Amino acid sequence: MTGPRLTLGLATLTAAAAALLPIVTDNRAMLSWTLLVFIYIALAQSWNVLGGFGGQVNLGHAALFGLGALTTRFLWTAGTPIAAALAAGVGVATATGFLIGAPALRLRGPYFAIGTLAVAEILRITAGNVLPDIAALPPRALAAYTLVPRYYLALGVAAVTTGIAAWIARSRFGRGLVAVREDEAVAESVGVNAYGHTLAAFVISSALAGAAGGVFAYYHVGFYPSFVFSPLWTFDPLLIVYLGGVGTVTGPIAGAVVFLALREALALRLGELHLLIFGALFIAIVIALPGGIVQAVRDLLDRPRSVHSTEVTSTT
Amino acid sequence: MILAQSAVFGLLIGGLYGLAAVGLTLVFGVLKMLNVAHGELIMLGGYAAFWLFTLWQVDPFVSVLPAGAALFLVGVVLYRVLFGRLLRAAEETKLKNSILIGFGLALVLQTIALVAWTGDERAVTTAYAGGVLPVGPIVIPYARLGALAVAFVAVAALHVFLHHTYPGKAIRATAEDVDAASLAGIPVPTVFLSAFGLGSALAGVAGTLAAVTDAVSPSIGLAWTLKALIVVVLGGFGSVAGAFVAGLGLGVVESVSGVLLGNAYREIMGLVLFLAVLALRPQGLFARG
Repeated sequence: MTGPRLTLGLATLTAAAAALLPIVTDNRAMLSWTLLVFIYIALAQSWNVLGGFGGQVNLGHAALFGLGALTTRFLWTAGTPIAAALAAGVGVATATGFLIGAPALRLRGPYFAIGTLAVAEILRITAGNVLPDIAALPPRALAAYTLVPRYYLALGVAAVTTGIAAWIARSRFGRGLVAVREDEAVAESVGVNAYGHTLAAFVISSALAGAAGGVFAYYHVGFYPSFVFSPLWTFDPLLIVYLGGVGTVTGPIAGAVVFLALREALALRLGELHLLIFGALFIAIVIALPGGIVQAVRDLLDRPRSVHSTEVTSTT
Repeated sequence: MILAQSAVFGLLIGGLYGLAAVGLTLVFGVLKMLNVAHGELIMLGGYAAFWLFTLWQVDPFVSVLPAGAALFLVGVVLYRVLFGRLLRAAEETKLKNSILIGFGLALVLQTIALVAWTGDERAVTTAYAGGVLPVGPIVIPYARLGALAVAFVAVAALHVFLHHTYPGKAIRATAEDVDAASLAGIPVPTVFLSAFGLGSALAGVAGTLAAVTDAVSPSIGLAWTLKALIVVVLGGFGSVAGAFVAGLGLGVVESVSGVLLGNAYREIMGLVLFLAVLALRPQGLFARG
């Protein structure tokens, strides 16, 4: 039983170190970078709840991120306290998740993926049509803008999201979800309601994506409303999840750190070309390393032991 | 009268939608893989037409052949390097991973186009680009009429190929039952490779025509993929004739709703229609059963 306790200890230590960072340094670039890591951790965890544990590929994740972002932004700039605005953003994303998920998850084959892709595109075009102007902060809010509260909000949302993902991974619900992913017929035969489990996962995933969007809206000074529905908000968490390790709790964290470090290093030197590397990297992981970084590390750690116990591992 | 005119415009562009969808549905029907980078292949076909015209004044309707051949080769490479690796996976994993690979591939191809040819919108403007054929009060632009004709010929040729030639029948047999086809002596790996190449070639032809009627830029791929998906779902997965008819239908719906609701909403009507069909009749409007 040292495994879970060790993980919990490490997680607490990491969170504490992250919480201390703004006290130790006031380097804006470093704080902004870490804040983005938190947003991407939350977004990747949210995709992973349905895509990793549930095995359903949602290609319209940007829709939920965008709705959370726009709702939070609109209410907050209108004078609502950020906590209430964020809660409203999460609420809108959750409700939308239910509305999309209830019919979409009844579909088989490729329909879920392309249906969600269509939903995100509808919202992106509509947002561009209805709100063509950039959502800049009013001067009063801009004057009062400081990074530290945003940093802690992002840290909090990333921690809560990760906590929920960890709970799902261990709970009866999460095991049911994984069972549905592995073999729906078998899962149903032992009493797991496949539709109910995937729908619940989609609604949770939507809520968490909405929270990530809300933090982004609170952090970002000015963006076009259609930007938060861009397919990149689907692609980035997908890449992060697969990079780190799909269907794991630590995967999205490791993936977010590596992704943003790579982006920082590549975008400056290569400009647009860095997207090509990300696309190719994503394809390579899907084909050659479906377990991502987490799997690679596990394999590396297990290697010395498996030399001695080949017979045992080969029978399991 | 504006409605009649826009319905005609819809039919003219709809043939292109049908052609865009036919390549996608062919690959899906045979390989049980969904290439969501199909629109990016169309984009590449568009650039082929643009550069052939700009550098050597090749008429885009002539470019259909070299662009189709070039995209056939691109498809063969993509199949050999990427999609062919998925064959051994179980049905569901194969489909899911093909969607994921296509998603990554779309980003790769978009970025290549952006870096190589900038983000500018390009169009092929031929000498006859402004010419129209008046039919009573309605006008029909020659370029669009030509695009519809080529699209129709391409789809009809594919239909004849699939139904009346030996290799075409081998493709259909493989689509229906891989194991039985293999037992009957059909070289299934070759069929897979040629189906993917053929699907890509059709995307190249569609892209060439799109360069005549629309503009080409690195970011047009997703819109074309969605149009192709809408048409495929409306027409029923795996049906060539259904896809062409559904393409015409989508063209008319978009065009007419553009007039009624404003141009900004024409694409949305197609997507909404798509979601409605997905929710109510996911096997397609023309599928039996």
